[in-house]
Amino acid sequence: MHAHSQALVGELTRKALEFRIDVLNMVLTNESGHIGGSFSVAEILTSLFFHHLRIDPDNPKWPDRDRLVLSKGHACPMLYANLAHRGFFDPAELTTFRSFDSRLQGAPDSNKTPGVEVPAGPLGHGIAIGAGMALALKQRSSKPSSQSAPSSRASAGRVYVVLGDGEIAAGVIWEGALAAAKYRLGNLTAVLDYNGIQQTGATADRLPLEPIADKWRAFGWHVVEVHGHNVAEILDTLDRCDEVHAQPSIIIARTVKGKGVSFMEYDHRWHGKSPNDEEYSAAVAELEKEIAKWQN
Amino acid sequence: MAELVSMRKAYGDALVALGHSHSDVMVLSADVSNSDFSFMFQEAFPERFFDVGIAEQSLVDVAVGLANGGYIPFANTFAAFFASRALEMVRTHLCYGNANVKLMAAYSGLSPSFDGPTHHCITDLAIMRALPRMTVIVPADTVSLTKLLPAVADYEGPVYFRINRNEVPVIYGDDFKPVIGKAHQVRQGADVTIVACGLMVSKAIEAAATLETSGISARILDIHTVKPFDREAVIEAARETGAMVTAEEHSIIGGLGSAVAEVTGEECPVPLRRVGVNDRFAETGPYEAILQGYGLTTQAIADAATSVVKAKGAGAAR
Repeated sequence: MHAHSQALVGELTRKALEFRIDVLNMVLTNESGHIGGSFSVAEILTSLFFHHLRIDPDNPKWPDRDRLVLSKGHACPMLYANLAHRGFFDPAELTTFRSFDSRLQGAPDSNKTPGVEVPAGPLGHGIAIGAGMALALKQRSSKPSSQSAPSSRASAGRVYVVLGDGEIAAGVIWEGALAAAKYRLGNLTAVLDYNGIQQTGATADRLPLEPIADKWRAFGWHVVEVHGHNVAEILDTLDRCDEVHAQPSIIIARTVKGKGVSFMEYDHRWHGKSPNDEEYSAAVAELEKEIAKWQN
Repeated sequence: MAELVSMRKAYGDALVALGHSHSDVMVLSADVSNSDFSFMFQEAFPERFFDVGIAEQSLVDVAVGLANGGYIPFANTFAAFFASRALEMVRTHLCYGNANVKLMAAYSGLSPSFDGPTHHCITDLAIMRALPRMTVIVPADTVSLTKLLPAVADYEGPVYFRINRNEVPVIYGDDFKPVIGKAHQVRQGADVTIVACGLMVSKAIEAAATLETSGISARILDIHTVKPFDREAVIEAARETGAMVTAEEHSIIGGLGSAVAEVTGEECPVPLRRVGVNDRFAETGPYEAILQGYGLTTQAIADAATSVVKAKGAGAAR
């Protein structure tokens, strides 16, 4: 039994499908961008942006806001789609992605795009930066807040870091993981988009990560595993991790690279290439068919 | 001979004072707090001090997160590690991301002399100066350090602050008022300008006294802010004295000497010599011996000044 209504779950599931079409349109603009990892992280980001995160698009720098760090910065087409539809900027701007003079850079730029907290793109930064953010929010929460929260939650914000699986090969991920455990950062939750495929092939063949849950447990983290395309499971798990106060949490989300378009799924070649017209039309048709199932 | 005072002790004192005046300053360390004296802040403000272990990349990234939360993090480790191991973090998040993080680069130049070339840092000015948005500061003595540190805290944006490990001569009195981005004229002079930073300012002062006895009047500019570079002060000095010498505890490639050469080359070409480490690694040994052995001496500055003054005369005669 899930804590969230079927209507909410259905709405977020539909949005995640719609945002995949945005991603296809964005990548098509300059025939460049990352589809596979944007699709695998769709339900994770949409669950965060459209339900879980305490954020205010009209006040993106609100000091007590929740922080979202997309550590796997190349999946920014999906981040931008979420930010735009959540109200941080006009969705009409999405197709300027990777164009000259666009606010939507090839990798996230916190100085250009409202709602982006830190640059990303070079991989591996999310955990250590998230730990620093969580430390700052812990310091803030020990002092009275100058602005009240828009939700029922009175405390300072929490930090959510979305990781790719390939990027946790980077040593600084584990440096940051140790620091987060040392400082008992219960206000930090990471979500691992565990799609098992990176730029040139299977993660297991590049640098094996298993036993992945045991590794994080050994580093002092609270670990939960979920189906990463199941919105109900994601929402419930995010709630539960918020109740863990003495250690950071990581949600290991089993996902499918390219999820939502049959011929892109499980195929590393869709990590960073643009579809041709025929592929684009076929992909949109598949997604629209799926979206229709979720219309109420 | 000027009084010698420990730069790292002065840094520890200045950091504690900063903790009192700035409640939003947080201090981070990568397990060298008893080397760089940031332990003094830890003792005074334990709840505002974070040791992330021997993990310099994490050190910089955690500081970025603290800055995102509105604090002013002062990250502490050796210059060599900021300017090499953690450099990608510095470039991407401090500079591209414009994070308000202050890098306290201890054991700079050849000052960790006994630790040898692995710990010396003679390429950091070149590296940090090339990064857009970075501010690079090199205090010449303990007074300069003490006056500049609160200015760094109040200065918005990423700063690289280069600190000598050792006892260095005190140059300035309490009336010294350094301004970030502005060169300080230490000494008036008409025949040649010695542009120096850090410890080499004190050696420039000694060199100028020597030169005076042989009838050469040397001006001295202390470039405590290597970036943003005070172009106007350097151009004016080049125009008025017609000959330049640079002196830095750094490779002659890419640092202060290069900055002066770039600006004078474009605006006012004059004879120029660079005193610094000549594109090589140094070695282990006592500080003064290493400085002597690798050409960072009063005599080297005086010889360079004599040579550019001669070159200027030769040019004028043609």
